[in-house]
Amino acid sequence: MRSLNPFRKAAPEPGLRRDPAPSRWAYRMERLWLTPLFRALMRVGLPAFVVTLSVGLYLNDETRRQGLVQGWDNLVNKVEQRPEFMVTLMEVEGANAALADAVRDIAALDLPKSSFEIDLPATQALIEQLDAVAHADLRIRGGGVLQVTVTEREPAIIWRRDPAEGETGLDLLDKTGRRVAMILSRKDRPDLPLIAGQGADEVVAEAMDLLAAAEPHLGTRLRGLVRMGERRWDVVLDRDQRILLPEHDPLAALNQLIAMDQRERLLARDILAVDLRLAVRPTIRLTPRALAQLRGEQGLVTVENEL
Amino acid sequence: MTDLYQTQRAMRHLRRAAIQRGVVAILDVGSSKITCLVLRFDGPDALREADGVGSMAGQSAFRIIGAATTRSRGVAFGEIAVMGETERAIRTAVQAAQKMAKVRVDHVIASFSGAEPRSYGLAGDMELADRVVTEQDVARVLAACDMPDIGDGRDVLHAQPVNFAIDHRTGLGDPRGQIGNRLACDMHLLTVDNSAVQNLVHCVNRCDLELAGIASSAYVSGISSLVEDEQELGAACVDLGGGSSGISIFIKRHMIYADSVRMGGDHITSDISKGLHIPLALAEKIKVKHGGVQATGMDDREMIEIESESGDWDKDRRMVSRTDLIGIMRPRVEEILEEVRARLDAAGFDHLPSQQIVLTGGGSQIPGLDGLATRILGQRVRLGRPLRVQGLPQAVTGPAFSAAVGLCLFAAHPQDEWWDFETPAERYPARSLKRAFRWFKDNW
Repeated sequence: MRSLNPFRKAAPEPGLRRDPAPSRWAYRMERLWLTPLFRALMRVGLPAFVVTLSVGLYLNDETRRQGLVQGWDNLVNKVEQRPEFMVTLMEVEGANAALADAVRDIAALDLPKSSFEIDLPATQALIEQLDAVAHADLRIRGGGVLQVTVTEREPAIIWRRDPAEGETGLDLLDKTGRRVAMILSRKDRPDLPLIAGQGADEVVAEAMDLLAAAEPHLGTRLRGLVRMGERRWDVVLDRDQRILLPEHDPLAALNQLIAMDQRERLLARDILAVDLRLAVRPTIRLTPRALAQLRGEQGLVTVENEL
Repeated sequence: MTDLYQTQRAMRHLRRAAIQRGVVAILDVGSSKITCLVLRFDGPDALREADGVGSMAGQSAFRIIGAATTRSRGVAFGEIAVMGETERAIRTAVQAAQKMAKVRVDHVIASFSGAEPRSYGLAGDMELADRVVTEQDVARVLAACDMPDIGDGRDVLHAQPVNFAIDHRTGLGDPRGQIGNRLACDMHLLTVDNSAVQNLVHCVNRCDLELAGIASSAYVSGISSLVEDEQELGAACVDLGGGSSGISIFIKRHMIYADSVRMGGDHITSDISKGLHIPLALAEKIKVKHGGVQATGMDDREMIEIESESGDWDKDRRMVSRTDLIGIMRPRVEEILEEVRARLDAAGFDHLPSQQIVLTGGGSQIPGLDGLATRILGQRVRLGRPLRVQGLPQAVTGPAFSAAVGLCLFAAHPQDEWWDFETPAERYPARSLKRAFRWFKDNW
């Protein structure tokens, strides 16, 4: 009989392949390992727990946390301050010297500066706040150059502000009515037409149309346009002549007047104003002298006084 | 007996639970090898779309996802002789199969060949209360069968209703819903030694597994190696195993008799070992490599070298002719087959309409066995192999594995047994609450 003592291993039978049985514990462990929940726990849960625990323990200390944050900041700083990323020069293109200076002033970049610290969209918005700038393109070029390509706003008209409102001065406006710059004297820009009156800047497009229509015929007699009561235009000519245009469709009225003038040389006569506000009945106002003469010819005697 | 009835019932529930979970292992505890297969069930819903109804009446298709075989230790004559060794062998097989399947199994269905199975034919009849046979009536008629004296220390392993008769009509498979006055049934009862079952249960439990079913290996190898018409028309399956040879007789798809001969391939090996004075392992090798039962003139010239390691040159350099080997093997094989013949005669096999005999098991691989068996068992002998099931590895398709494969089929589609029917209310104790409950349940 073979030994019953488990520690004295029987010699293996000759000729038989070894066929070892798993020990009871090995068998149980293997079965445990094949349990899906346990397997998931060991493969995902345990590593996650260990990582969380160790990270938590490490970060438990305030100084360590600060050290980590500081180290990270230093690293970021070091990379950002590398010469490859530094912007040393701001180059403004497409602007005259005065505007270029204004652009530099408003961007207020304290160069040299790292390109990470320059907020290009914000700077662009700042530069585009300038009235004279229609559009600005910002680009950081190689070699540490911040290139600002500026499209200037094109002045189209001069707007004389109403002194009654306490604002005096001449403003340059572009086609859309946007303010471009201030000029001190009308003579600074004699090439541009003049408009006046409160609210004139909001209807610059209409003013431009009217001026374009009036220009060929009236030529140098044209002084400018005045916005009346923020609703209609007066064309002012020399000799203080005025053409009162209607609120609606002033261009047609003006064309009508020009036609009338060409036929009858109306504006060359001694009149103060042509009132076109009623389209069916254009009205003219004579000068007092012309009126007196007219009445005299008609045999009417008027008593005139200073009043 | 009631104990095992309850145990069997509990095992049925376990089996159902295991199939619901989708994984169950089968374990064939043989005298020469222990096989463990891991089955994956697709569940009854897998084929629902294709079939429309639940396939196989709620049963389901299965696939083998793990297979392992190990040399058996501590099993003799199909019974557990050394508990520790057997437990280790079971552990080895289960672990390897689990590893291959990559899934943990908790439920196991086991089969064994020994424990002196005995067959009883039972008959019972009863008057039907309301002329229509219900499931309750089936349970009652099964309970009405006279219980034979099966002896002390024996348990019922299988109790299968094989035939129902209503009035003068017999041969009914499913009597439910039929109309008649008198219901009778025939039942096949297979009893085994109590202690062998207890040992097996204990061994399986010690491996942290739960037993979800238990079957006789003679029965399950019959399921796998008899083809359908053989099962229908009547045939005997002889499973020539290592320590014992199982016999089962089938007719009309039911097993009607099972027995086992306590002799098998291990005895042939030990004969060779004794006859040639060589160790058992070497004898087994020679048997498998050169064995046979029909000597021809050619075999005189075929010399088998016997290399042993005794140190004695003359002993270590012996040559034996194949005729000598066959001369040792043949009497033992004849003895086994004659014993099988005697058991079949005792069971009245020669009265069956079909005399088909199928030899399977590892022992059926001896060359020339069919010729020898024809002389002893009758003309209609064939060698059987287990039928193919899905996912079975090539190494497990031989006739030695017919019990294991049959156990898979048994696990997937078990035969109705006595304990699958609910206990009729009359069988409960007179003042039991359960009885009152059942009475209400049956009458409303």
